[in-house]
Amino acid sequence: MTEAWNMLCIFGLALITLVTRSFFFISDKHWKLPEGVVRGLQFAPIAALSAVIFPEIFVWQGEFALPLTNAKIYGALAGAVFFIIKRGQGQAVFGTIVVGMCVYIPLHLGLGWN
Amino acid sequence: MFFIKENYSHPAFKVGMRDISSAAPGVAAWGMMIGVSMIQSGMSVVDSVAMTLLVFAGSSQLAAIPLIVVGAPLWVIWATAFCVNLRFVVFSAHLRGYMMSWPRWQRLCAAYLTADLSYVQFVRRFQSPSTEPEGQRVEQAYLAGNCFVNWSSWMMASLFGIALAHYIPIQWGLGFAGVLALIGVTCSLANSLLKVISCVAGGCVATVYFLLPLKLNILLAIICSVCTCLLLEEIYIRNKKSSTGASND
Repeated sequence: MTEAWNMLCIFGLALITLVTRSFFFISDKHWKLPEGVVRGLQFAPIAALSAVIFPEIFVWQGEFALPLTNAKIYGALAGAVFFIIKRGQGQAVFGTIVVGMCVYIPLHLGLGWN
Repeated sequence: MFFIKENYSHPAFKVGMRDISSAAPGVAAWGMMIGVSMIQSGMSVVDSVAMTLLVFAGSSQLAAIPLIVVGAPLWVIWATAFCVNLRFVVFSAHLRGYMMSWPRWQRLCAAYLTADLSYVQFVRRFQSPSTEPEGQRVEQAYLAGNCFVNWSSWMMASLFGIALAHYIPIQWGLGFAGVLALIGVTCSLANSLLKVISCVAGGCVATVYFLLPLKLNILLAIICSVCTCLLLEEIYIRNKKSSTGASND
Protein backbone atom coordinates (compact mmCIF):
# COMPACT_ATOMS: atom_id res chain seq x y z
CA MET A 1 0.00 0.00 0.00
CA THR A 2 1.18 3.51 -0.74
CA GLU A 3 1.97 6.05 1.91
CA ALA A 4 -0.78 8.37 0.64
CA TRP A 5 -3.36 5.60 0.97
CA ASN A 6 -2.30 4.93 4.56
CA MET A 7 -2.50 8.62 5.43
CA LEU A 8 -5.94 8.91 3.88
CA CYS A 9 -6.99 5.92 5.92
CA ILE A 10 -5.63 7.41 9.15
CA PHE A 11 -7.27 10.79 8.50
CA GLY A 12 -10.54 8.96 7.95
CA LEU A 13 -10.13 7.15 11.25
CA ALA A 14 -9.47 10.45 13.04
CA LEU A 15 -12.64 11.87 11.51
CA ILE A 16 -14.55 8.81 12.74
CA THR A 17 -13.27 9.43 16.28
CA LEU A 18 -14.54 13.00 16.04
CA VAL A 19 -17.92 12.13 14.50
CA THR A 20 -18.77 9.27 16.87
CA ARG A 21 -17.73 11.21 19.98
CA SER A 22 -19.75 14.28 19.02
CA PHE A 23 -22.56 12.49 17.18
CA PHE A 24 -25.56 14.00 18.98
CA PHE A 25 -24.25 17.53 19.27
CA ILE A 26 -22.60 18.22 15.94
CA SER A 27 -25.57 20.29 14.79
CA ASP A 28 -26.63 23.50 16.55
CA LYS A 29 -30.29 22.59 16.24
CA HIS A 30 -32.25 22.56 19.51
CA TRP A 31 -34.11 19.47 20.56
CA LYS A 32 -34.46 17.56 23.78
CA LEU A 33 -33.86 13.91 24.53
CA PRO A 34 -36.95 12.13 25.85
CA GLU A 35 -37.05 12.07 29.66
CA GLY A 36 -36.84 8.28 29.81
CA VAL A 37 -33.65 8.24 27.75
CA VAL A 38 -32.03 10.86 30.00
CA ARG A 39 -32.89 8.74 33.04
CA GLY A 40 -31.61 5.60 31.38
CA LEU A 41 -28.32 7.11 30.34
CA GLN A 42 -27.16 7.41 33.96
CA PHE A 43 -26.72 3.63 33.85
CA ALA A 44 -24.67 3.69 30.64
CA PRO A 45 -21.18 4.58 31.99
CA ILE A 46 -20.87 1.70 34.43
CA ALA A 47 -22.33 -0.78 31.93
CA ALA A 48 -19.88 0.37 29.26
CA LEU A 49 -16.89 -0.09 31.57
CA SER A 50 -17.93 -3.51 32.82
CA ALA A 51 -18.69 -4.54 29.24
CA VAL A 52 -15.02 -3.88 28.46
CA ILE A 53 -13.67 -5.39 31.68
CA PHE A 54 -15.55 -8.71 31.93
CA PRO A 55 -14.52 -10.12 28.52
CA GLU A 56 -10.92 -8.98 29.13
CA ILE A 57 -10.87 -11.16 32.23
CA PHE A 58 -13.14 -14.08 31.42
CA VAL A 59 -12.56 -14.64 27.71
CA TRP A 60 -9.43 -16.51 26.72
CA GLN A 61 -8.72 -17.15 23.03
CA GLY A 62 -12.32 -16.49 22.06
CA GLU A 63 -13.89 -18.69 24.72
CA PHE A 64 -15.33 -18.23 28.18
CA ALA A 65 -12.56 -19.31 30.54
CA LEU A 66 -12.95 -19.75 34.27
CA PRO A 67 -10.09 -22.03 35.23
CA LEU A 68 -8.52 -21.64 38.66
CA THR A 69 -5.31 -20.71 36.86
CA ASN A 70 -6.73 -17.48 35.42
CA ALA A 71 -4.38 -14.95 37.02
CA LYS A 72 -6.51 -12.01 35.85
CA ILE A 73 -9.39 -13.06 38.11
CA TYR A 74 -7.18 -12.87 41.20
CA GLY A 75 -5.60 -9.60 40.12
CA ALA A 76 -9.00 -8.06 39.42
CA LEU A 77 -10.46 -9.29 42.73
CA ALA A 78 -7.47 -8.02 44.70
CA GLY A 79 -7.73 -4.63 43.01
CA ALA A 80 -11.48 -4.36 43.61
CA VAL A 81 -11.16 -5.44 47.25
CA PHE A 82 -8.48 -2.80 47.80
CA PHE A 83 -10.73 -0.12 46.32
CA ILE A 84 -13.64 -1.15 48.53
CA ILE A 85 -11.50 -1.25 51.71
CA LYS A 86 -10.18 2.22 50.87
CA ARG A 87 -13.80 3.30 50.16
CA GLY A 88 -12.54 5.04 47.05
CA GLN A 89 -10.70 7.68 49.11
CA GLY A 90 -7.48 9.36 47.95
CA GLN A 91 -5.73 7.80 44.99
CA ALA A 92 -7.73 4.59 45.31
CA VAL A 93 -7.73 3.86 41.57
CA PHE A 94 -3.96 4.04 41.54
CA GLY A 95 -3.87 1.63 44.49
CA THR A 96 -6.22 -0.68 42.59
CA ILE A 97 -3.73 -0.81 39.72
CA VAL A 98 -0.72 -1.41 41.97
CA VAL A 99 -2.36 -4.08 44.15
CA GLY A 100 -3.90 -5.82 41.14
CA MET A 101 -0.58 -5.93 39.29
CA CYS A 102 1.24 -7.16 42.41
CA VAL A 103 -1.09 -10.15 42.48
CA TYR A 104 -1.28 -10.66 38.72
CA ILE A 105 2.38 -10.43 37.71
CA PRO A 106 3.76 -13.15 40.05
CA LEU A 107 0.95 -15.54 39.10
CA HIS A 108 1.28 -14.75 35.40
CA LEU A 109 5.07 -14.68 35.08
CA GLY A 110 6.07 -16.77 38.08
CA LEU A 111 3.60 -19.60 37.76
CA GLY A 112 2.89 -19.15 34.06
CA TRP A 113 -0.87 -18.77 34.51
CA ASN A 114 -2.93 -17.04 31.82
CA MET B 1 -10.54 22.94 25.68
CA PHE B 2 -7.32 22.69 27.66
CA PHE B 3 -5.57 25.26 25.50
CA ILE B 4 -8.17 27.92 26.36
CA LYS B 5 -6.99 30.21 29.16
CA GLU B 6 -10.42 30.45 30.83
CA ASN B 7 -10.26 26.69 31.25
CA TYR B 8 -6.75 26.07 32.43
CA SER B 9 -6.77 28.99 34.85
CA HIS B 10 -10.02 27.81 36.49
CA PRO B 11 -9.75 25.87 39.80
CA ALA B 12 -11.99 23.11 38.41
CA PHE B 13 -9.28 22.34 35.85
CA LYS B 14 -7.08 21.02 38.67
CA VAL B 15 -9.93 18.97 40.09
CA GLY B 16 -10.37 17.28 36.73
CA MET B 17 -6.64 16.64 36.51
CA ARG B 18 -6.60 15.13 40.00
CA ASP B 19 -9.53 12.81 39.30
CA ILE B 20 -7.97 11.25 36.22
CA SER B 21 -4.38 11.20 37.47
CA SER B 22 -5.18 8.27 39.74
CA ALA B 23 -6.12 6.19 36.69
CA ALA B 24 -3.43 7.64 34.42
CA PRO B 25 -0.87 4.83 34.95
CA GLY B 26 -3.45 2.38 33.62
CA VAL B 27 -4.22 4.62 30.67
CA ALA B 28 -0.50 4.87 29.98
CA ALA B 29 0.04 1.10 30.17
CA TRP B 30 -2.80 0.53 27.72
CA GLY B 31 -1.56 3.28 25.40
CA MET B 32 1.93 1.82 25.44
CA MET B 33 0.65 -1.62 24.48
CA ILE B 34 -1.22 -0.11 21.52
CA GLY B 35 2.00 1.62 20.44
CA VAL B 36 3.91 -1.64 20.69
CA SER B 37 1.30 -3.64 18.82
CA MET B 38 1.17 -1.17 15.91
CA ILE B 39 4.87 -1.69 15.27
CA GLN B 40 4.85 -5.41 16.00
CA SER B 41 1.95 -5.94 13.55
CA GLY B 42 4.10 -4.45 10.84
CA MET B 43 2.96 -0.83 10.52
CA SER B 44 5.66 1.70 9.67
CA VAL B 45 6.90 4.15 12.28
CA VAL B 46 5.48 7.12 10.35
CA ASP B 47 2.04 5.52 10.11
CA SER B 48 2.11 4.48 13.74
CA VAL B 49 3.02 7.97 14.94
CA ALA B 50 0.41 9.57 12.68
CA MET B 51 -2.22 7.15 13.90
CA THR B 52 -1.36 7.78 17.54
CA LEU B 53 -1.43 11.55 17.21
CA LEU B 54 -4.55 11.75 15.05
CA VAL B 55 -6.88 8.88 15.84
CA PHE B 56 -6.68 8.86 19.66
CA ALA B 57 -9.04 5.90 20.16
CA GLY B 58 -7.43 2.71 21.44
CA SER B 59 -10.09 0.17 20.62
CA SER B 60 -10.73 1.41 17.09
CA GLN B 61 -6.96 1.56 16.46
CA LEU B 62 -6.63 -2.01 17.67
CA ALA B 63 -9.40 -3.09 15.30
CA ALA B 64 -7.97 -1.14 12.36
CA ILE B 65 -4.31 -2.20 12.67
CA PRO B 66 -4.62 -5.74 11.24
CA LEU B 67 -6.91 -4.45 8.47
CA ILE B 68 -4.41 -1.77 7.47
CA VAL B 69 -1.55 -4.25 7.52
CA VAL B 70 -3.33 -6.64 5.13
CA GLY B 71 -4.46 -3.73 2.93
CA ALA B 72 -8.22 -4.12 3.39
CA PRO B 73 -10.48 -1.72 1.43
CA LEU B 74 -10.81 1.72 3.02
CA TRP B 75 -14.54 1.48 3.56
CA VAL B 76 -14.11 -1.79 5.46
CA ILE B 77 -11.55 -0.21 7.80
CA TRP B 78 -13.68 2.88 8.34
CA ALA B 79 -16.90 0.93 8.86
CA THR B 80 -15.11 -1.29 11.38
CA ALA B 81 -13.78 1.68 13.32
CA PHE B 82 -17.18 3.32 13.28
CA CYS B 83 -18.87 0.23 14.73
CA VAL B 84 -16.18 -0.23 17.38
CA ASN B 85 -16.77 3.42 18.33
CA LEU B 86 -20.56 3.14 18.56
CA ARG B 87 -20.46 3.34 22.36
CA PHE B 88 -19.24 6.93 21.95
CA VAL B 89 -22.46 7.71 20.07
CA VAL B 90 -24.36 6.67 23.21
CA PHE B 91 -22.03 8.78 25.36
CA SER B 92 -22.59 11.77 23.07
CA ALA B 93 -26.34 11.55 23.71
CA HIS B 94 -25.54 11.77 27.42
CA LEU B 95 -23.09 14.66 27.00
CA ARG B 96 -25.45 16.64 24.77
CA GLY B 97 -27.23 18.22 27.71
CA TYR B 98 -23.92 19.60 29.02
CA MET B 99 -22.39 20.59 25.73
CA MET B 100 -25.11 22.47 23.86
CA SER B 101 -24.45 25.72 25.70
CA TRP B 102 -20.87 25.83 24.35
CA PRO B 103 -19.89 27.19 20.92
CA ARG B 104 -19.73 24.47 18.30
CA TRP B 105 -15.96 24.39 17.74
CA GLN B 106 -15.42 23.99 21.48
CA ARG B 107 -18.00 21.20 21.57
CA LEU B 108 -16.21 19.38 18.79
CA CYS B 109 -12.75 19.83 20.32
CA ALA B 110 -14.01 18.64 23.69
CA ALA B 111 -15.79 15.64 22.16
CA TYR B 112 -12.73 14.59 20.18
CA LEU B 113 -10.62 14.62 23.35
CA THR B 114 -13.17 12.92 25.61
CA ALA B 115 -12.32 9.23 25.77
CA ASP B 116 -14.14 6.67 27.92
CA LEU B 117 -12.65 7.52 31.31
CA SER B 118 -13.00 11.28 30.93
CA TYR B 119 -16.65 10.88 29.97
CA VAL B 120 -17.32 8.56 32.90
CA GLN B 121 -15.63 10.77 35.48
CA PHE B 122 -17.28 13.90 34.06
CA VAL B 123 -20.85 12.61 34.29
CA ARG B 124 -20.09 11.13 37.69
CA ARG B 125 -19.02 14.49 39.08
CA PHE B 126 -21.78 16.47 37.35
CA GLN B 127 -24.89 14.33 37.66
CA SER B 128 -27.03 16.82 35.75
CA PRO B 129 -26.07 19.72 33.49
CA SER B 130 -25.89 23.17 35.05
CA THR B 131 -28.20 25.87 33.76
CA GLU B 132 -26.08 28.73 35.18
CA PRO B 133 -23.19 30.20 33.16
CA GLU B 134 -20.81 29.82 36.14
CA GLY B 135 -21.75 26.17 36.57
CA GLN B 136 -21.17 25.57 32.87
CA ARG B 137 -17.78 27.25 33.18
CA VAL B 138 -16.88 24.81 35.98
CA GLU B 139 -18.01 21.81 33.91
CA GLN B 140 -16.00 22.94 30.93
CA ALA B 141 -12.86 23.55 32.97
CA TYR B 142 -13.18 20.22 34.77
CA LEU B 143 -13.53 18.29 31.51
CA ALA B 144 -10.61 20.18 30.00
CA GLY B 145 -8.32 19.30 32.91
CA ASN B 146 -9.42 15.70 32.91
CA CYS B 147 -8.94 15.30 29.15
CA PHE B 148 -5.59 17.04 29.28
CA VAL B 149 -4.03 14.49 31.64
CA ASN B 150 -5.75 11.57 29.94
CA TRP B 151 -4.67 12.71 26.47
CA SER B 152 -1.08 13.53 27.39
CA SER B 153 -0.43 10.33 29.34
CA TRP B 154 -1.92 8.33 26.49
CA MET B 155 0.17 10.13 23.88
CA MET B 156 3.46 9.93 25.74
CA ALA B 157 3.01 6.25 26.55
CA SER B 158 1.92 5.35 23.04
CA LEU B 159 4.87 7.15 21.44
CA PHE B 160 7.16 5.52 24.00
CA GLY B 161 5.71 2.14 22.99
CA ILE B 162 6.38 2.87 19.32
CA ALA B 163 9.96 3.93 20.03
CA LEU B 164 10.79 0.88 22.14
CA ALA B 165 8.45 -1.63 20.50
CA HIS B 166 11.15 -4.25 20.09
CA TYR B 167 12.27 -4.05 23.71
CA ILE B 168 8.94 -4.08 25.54
CA PRO B 169 7.86 -7.65 26.32
CA ILE B 170 4.18 -7.77 25.37
CA GLN B 171 3.76 -11.19 26.99
CA TRP B 172 4.40 -9.76 30.45
CA GLY B 173 0.81 -8.61 30.47
CA LEU B 174 1.49 -4.96 31.37
CA GLY B 175 -1.69 -4.04 29.50
CA PHE B 176 -3.63 -5.57 32.39
CA ALA B 177 -2.92 -2.34 34.28
CA GLY B 178 -5.39 -0.68 31.89
CA VAL B 179 -8.09 -3.17 32.86
CA LEU B 180 -7.32 -2.54 36.55
CA ALA B 181 -7.71 1.21 36.06
CA LEU B 182 -11.13 0.57 34.53
CA ILE B 183 -12.00 -1.67 37.50
CA GLY B 184 -11.09 1.09 39.95
CA VAL B 185 -13.20 3.65 38.10
CA THR B 186 -16.08 1.15 37.83
CA CYS B 187 -16.01 0.64 41.60
CA SER B 188 -16.18 4.40 42.06
CA LEU B 189 -19.38 4.47 39.99
CA ALA B 190 -21.17 1.69 41.86
CA ASN B 191 -22.98 3.89 44.40
CA SER B 192 -26.46 2.37 44.15
CA LEU B 193 -27.98 -1.08 43.80
CA LEU B 194 -29.23 -0.29 40.29
CA LYS B 195 -25.74 0.77 39.22
CA VAL B 196 -24.36 -2.53 40.52
CA ILE B 197 -27.03 -4.38 38.57
CA SER B 198 -26.14 -2.37 35.48
CA CYS B 199 -22.49 -3.31 35.99
CA VAL B 200 -23.13 -7.03 36.36
CA ALA B 201 -25.67 -7.14 33.53
CA GLY B 202 -23.38 -5.24 31.17
CA GLY B 203 -20.41 -7.46 31.96
CA CYS B 204 -22.38 -10.68 31.53
CA VAL B 205 -24.02 -9.64 28.25
CA ALA B 206 -20.68 -8.51 26.82
CA THR B 207 -19.05 -11.81 27.81
CA VAL B 208 -21.85 -14.03 26.52
CA TYR B 209 -21.98 -12.17 23.20
CA PHE B 210 -18.21 -11.81 22.95
CA LEU B 211 -18.16 -13.43 19.53
CA LEU B 212 -20.31 -10.72 17.95
CA PRO B 213 -18.19 -8.92 15.36
CA LEU B 214 -16.97 -5.31 15.61
CA LYS B 215 -17.22 -5.10 19.40
CA LEU B 216 -20.97 -4.93 19.02
CA ASN B 217 -21.15 -6.96 22.25
CA ILE B 218 -20.28 -3.75 24.11
CA LEU B 219 -23.03 -1.72 22.48
CA LEU B 220 -25.52 -4.55 23.10
CA ALA B 221 -24.41 -4.74 26.74
CA ILE B 222 -24.95 -1.01 27.28
CA ILE B 223 -28.41 -1.11 25.72
CA CYS B 224 -29.48 -4.22 27.69
CA SER B 225 -28.23 -2.80 31.01
CA VAL B 226 -29.88 0.57 30.51
CA CYS B 227 -33.22 -1.01 29.58
CA THR B 228 -33.06 -3.48 32.49
CA CYS B 229 -32.32 -0.75 35.01
CA LEU B 230 -35.05 1.54 33.66
CA LEU B 231 -37.52 -1.31 33.92
CA LEU B 232 -36.47 -2.20 37.47
CA GLU B 233 -36.64 1.46 38.48
CA GLU B 234 -40.11 1.73 36.99
CA ILE B 235 -41.29 -1.37 38.89
CA TYR B 236 -39.76 -0.06 42.12
CA ILE B 237 -41.42 3.34 41.78
CA ARG B 238 -44.77 1.73 41.02
CA ASN B 239 -44.54 -0.63 43.99
CA LYS B 240 -43.65 2.23 46.27
CA LYS B 241 -46.60 4.26 45.02
CA SER B 242 -49.05 1.41 45.47
CA SER B 243 -47.72 0.56 48.93
CA THR B 244 -47.91 4.17 50.17
CA GLY B 245 -51.38 4.36 48.59
CA ALA B 246 -52.41 1.26 50.53
CA SER B 247 -51.11 2.56 53.86
CA ASN B 248 -53.10 5.77 53.39
CA ASP B 249 -56.36 3.85 53.14
